[in-house]
Amino acid sequence: MSKILILLKKDFLLEMRQQHTFFGILLYVASTIFVLYLAMGQPESTVYNGLFWMIQLFVCVNAVAKSFMQESKGRMLYFYTLTSPVQFIIGKLIYSTVIMLLMVLLSLVLFRVLLGNPIMHQLQFFGIACLGGISLSLVFTLMSAIAAKAHQNAAIMAILGFPLIIPQLLLLIRLSRAAYGEVFRQGALLQITMLLAGLDLLVIVLSVVLFPFLWKD
Amino acid sequence: MKLKWWKILCILFLFFTFTAGFLIHVPIIGNLHQSIRNFFFHVPMWFGMIGLLSLSLGYSIAYLRTQNLKHDVYASEFAKTGIIFGMLGLATGSIWAKYTWGEFWSNDPKQIAAAIAVLIYLAYLVLRGSMTDFDKRARISSVYNIFAYFIYIPLIIILPRLVQSLHPGGMEGAKGGGNPALGGGSLDATMEMVFWPAVFGWLLLGLWISSLKIRLNLLANKNLINE
Repeated sequence: MSKILILLKKDFLLEMRQQHTFFGILLYVASTIFVLYLAMGQPESTVYNGLFWMIQLFVCVNAVAKSFMQESKGRMLYFYTLTSPVQFIIGKLIYSTVIMLLMVLLSLVLFRVLLGNPIMHQLQFFGIACLGGISLSLVFTLMSAIAAKAHQNAAIMAILGFPLIIPQLLLLIRLSRAAYGEVFRQGALLQITMLLAGLDLLVIVLSVVLFPFLWKD
Repeated sequence: MKLKWWKILCILFLFFTFTAGFLIHVPIIGNLHQSIRNFFFHVPMWFGMIGLLSLSLGYSIAYLRTQNLKHDVYASEFAKTGIIFGMLGLATGSIWAKYTWGEFWSNDPKQIAAAIAVLIYLAYLVLRGSMTDFDKRARISSVYNIFAYFIYIPLIIILPRLVQSLHPGGMEGAKGGGNPALGGGSLDATMEMVFWPAVFGWLLLGLWISSLKIRLNLLANKNLINE
């Protein structure tokens, strides 16, 4: 447990020291949403919802991609001697989730400011967006590990991750319609939320089980 | 030429499918009319695809446990045949859909799920193609294969039950209710008599195709893979 904390601390310390990458992604989010604003103005709720999740998807690919790709080969070897793979992957999962949640927060604010506000239940949408951010970052963390091990760029990560994320994305888009005032059948909201949480749990378990095999070279 | 028993069984089953499938008396349900015979060709593709992909998963797990490259060859070839079955399933389904639902593609949850499966396993092949080192390729693609399978299976179990579908089965309370694949009472006894041999015939054909490709692949890499 303490090792996980130390790994996390190291990741955030690196983030503080290499601020250009973090601000790079912040700028990426901001400029994408600004371009959207220029292109669309203030769209109605279906378009707004679709755009929001698509932006989250692309932001996630960019934000999470570097969690493994920034580790050089020598440094990985160093970690190999220090920690167990399970601690390492859990540290990375938490780290990329936190980064992604920050990005979700920023996109929410920017969407609100630039693209208008068709959302009826703010708090609910905030919750769904956070859940979505967690789901996206968990899946893409392992994809990032695979892509980094294959010595590939972020493009392969998108190829590997997009088909896998479609189910969660579809559920999220459906779920967030509730926040735009659509009425769901009794119990359906809870059902979808539990389903997403279950899928997240599954992804965590799979990452913990499978990462040790990726780790050794 | 030596034919193993299951290959003979495969030929017999498929011969039966292609003759009886076109000749038996079928019930007329809604606007399906005679197109319901496609049931013997379209539906077994999904059984074949899931069967082959499950085998691929099994061999990927076996590879990670034993580090034997032979298992990786098995996993990749089963996945490739699985993709072919998936594409054939999509093609036969789209043609059927055109004449019963009016469109080749109508964003039905089962169509989407099938397309996702094909995309996932094509990505698996892209990942394999991007690495040249044999051991590394085997290990990394096995990890992806296992991860993808366990994400995909919950999807096809859950998604069709949540949303409306044109396919039989689907949301609880809808016609056919609950079962995501088969529409409960819509199969009558004579159709079932052709359907199950068709399923096993196509599945055996998939195994046959894969086994030929596996043998070829093992021969081509004879110096790398020691038995």
